Amino acid sequence: MVGTPAAADVKLDVKNLAIHYGDTCALRDTSFQIRKNEIFGIIGPANSGKTSFLRAINRMDMFDDNMRIDGEILLDGTEVRNWRNVYALRRRVGVVFPLPVGLPLSIYDNVALSPRLAGTRKKADLDVIVERCLTRAALWDEVKDRLNSLGSLLSGGQQQRLTIARALSQQPDLLLLDEFSIAVDPVTTMRIEDVLKELREEMTIILVTNLVQQARRLADRTAFFLTGECVEVAETEDLFTGAVSDQRTSDYVEGRFG
Amino acid sequence: MAHNAGALDRRDTAWYVDKAVEWLVFIGGISAIIFIVGIFVFIGKEGFGFILGRFDFAEFFFSPRWTPTSLTNATYGALALIVGTASVTGFAMLVSVPFSLGAAIYIAEFATGKRRETLKVLIEMLAAIPSVVWGFIGLSLMNPLIISVFNVPLGLNVLNAGIILGLMAAPIMTTIAEDALKAVPDGYREAAEALGATRWQVIRQVVLPAAKNGLVAAVLLGVGRGFGETMAVLMATGHSINIPSSIFDPVRALTATIATELGETAEGSEHYQALFALGILLFAVTFVINLTADLFVRGIKDK
Repeated sequence: MVGTPAAADVKLDVKNLAIHYGDTCALRDTSFQIRKNEIFGIIGPANSGKTSFLRAINRMDMFDDNMRIDGEILLDGTEVRNWRNVYALRRRVGVVFPLPVGLPLSIYDNVALSPRLAGTRKKADLDVIVERCLTRAALWDEVKDRLNSLGSLLSGGQQQRLTIARALSQQPDLLLLDEFSIAVDPVTTMRIEDVLKELREEMTIILVTNLVQQARRLADRTAFFLTGECVEVAETEDLFTGAVSDQRTSDYVEGRFG
Repeated sequence: MAHNAGALDRRDTAWYVDKAVEWLVFIGGISAIIFIVGIFVFIGKEGFGFILGRFDFAEFFFSPRWTPTSLTNATYGALALIVGTASVTGFAMLVSVPFSLGAAIYIAEFATGKRRETLKVLIEMLAAIPSVVWGFIGLSLMNPLIISVFNVPLGLNVLNAGIILGLMAAPIMTTIAEDALKAVPDGYREAAEALGATRWQVIRQVVLPAAKNGLVAAVLLGVGRGFGETMAVLMATGHSINIPSSIFDPVRALTATIATELGETAEGSEHYQALFALGILLFAVTFVINLTADLFVRGIKDK
């Protein structure tokens, strides 16, 4: 499996990517490829450039004048910054942030927002999407009787799952998960992880996580980021069985630092 | 041990300073309430004499005849004055609400860096222009302009005062509305943009609903400002008692009536007391408007 995959199998092609905030370097000279329909894990301690990488894919750098991106990120062969309609790009790329953001709308409207933006108007269609996405995010049973109450009033863990449902409602072909389980209890985390394994059939998933074991459970391949450097990209099992090229990777995976 | 116990039992300087500051700010806080009550008692003492004695409910609220100086048959119908104030304020809101909400949305959501700061400073400067200057603009600039543009005999009317008052209320409404928009967490905007919403979609679907209460409060405070404004309205309305049938009719405002007539009445006379009754009416209206605005602002915090 290791080696250069055929171009048709590459979902995201990262070439010499570097990210700076002002003079501070968040990620330097990173190149790797993410394949279609794989779960690609990114592990590493805080401040290693994981979140910056996700923000660059989704063009979230537009919010931050200070953020500079060099190199290339090719999504299905097209550089993301050459996409004229950034909104269309974002509709294809779902994001789940580490801190849950329940928009101050009803639970139903939170999930229906994205389909509505994309032009779905029929109540019946929206009902189907809302139920399917909430079910997949393991939230449907808890909220099905109060879909009209405010999404921002849910508990932290529930809001996190609402965010996941919202990201799924876009029907993205690339899903970016940034520490999705940080506010979710272990049982629910397991349920969501099962869903992610199924979603792999439909989309490519990039999973940024602090939980090394979560990467091991889910990711097909995993990258190890350390202070702005992509130290290692390898089959996840190799990472955990010590078949790595860099000593720092196995040190981190085995919990000797970080 | 004994030494420690003594220290615990002794009030030191910090303790006294703390108590003194507590009392000082308490007096500052309570004085606002004392002043409000004082104003109410003062206006009430003079006005209730009229309300309990001469006052005729039907005349006061439904007659447009305000002829307090008539020797034979003085009447105190405030309808024309109420309609005058209401029409000018209403027209002012038509002018200022779209402008100030637009300005607030631009400053809070679109403008960045220097442009944003410059705009904010300019708008705050606009709020500091004395009302007599606005009245002067209405009298000497708008008046001839309205006469020549609309070909009407008089340029001091609802239109003139409405525009002037609208421009006066707009900076305050803009500032408060902008605060309300800025109070919406950036996380909401990022989350919505990450879903592929355009800027306008983010504003329309997420930011405006979230800031709704603050925006209503901004408009209400603008209305309160319009109701209470005196000098500019006096100078730009034409100051003639009249129930307007079009925006080109001159009117007279409640506030302007009090301002111009109070100096010419004998203290304690019926006319004098009637003016205080107008004051009570104004006080009650602005009180209700501000209270409503306050309740809306509180609505934000509850959520």
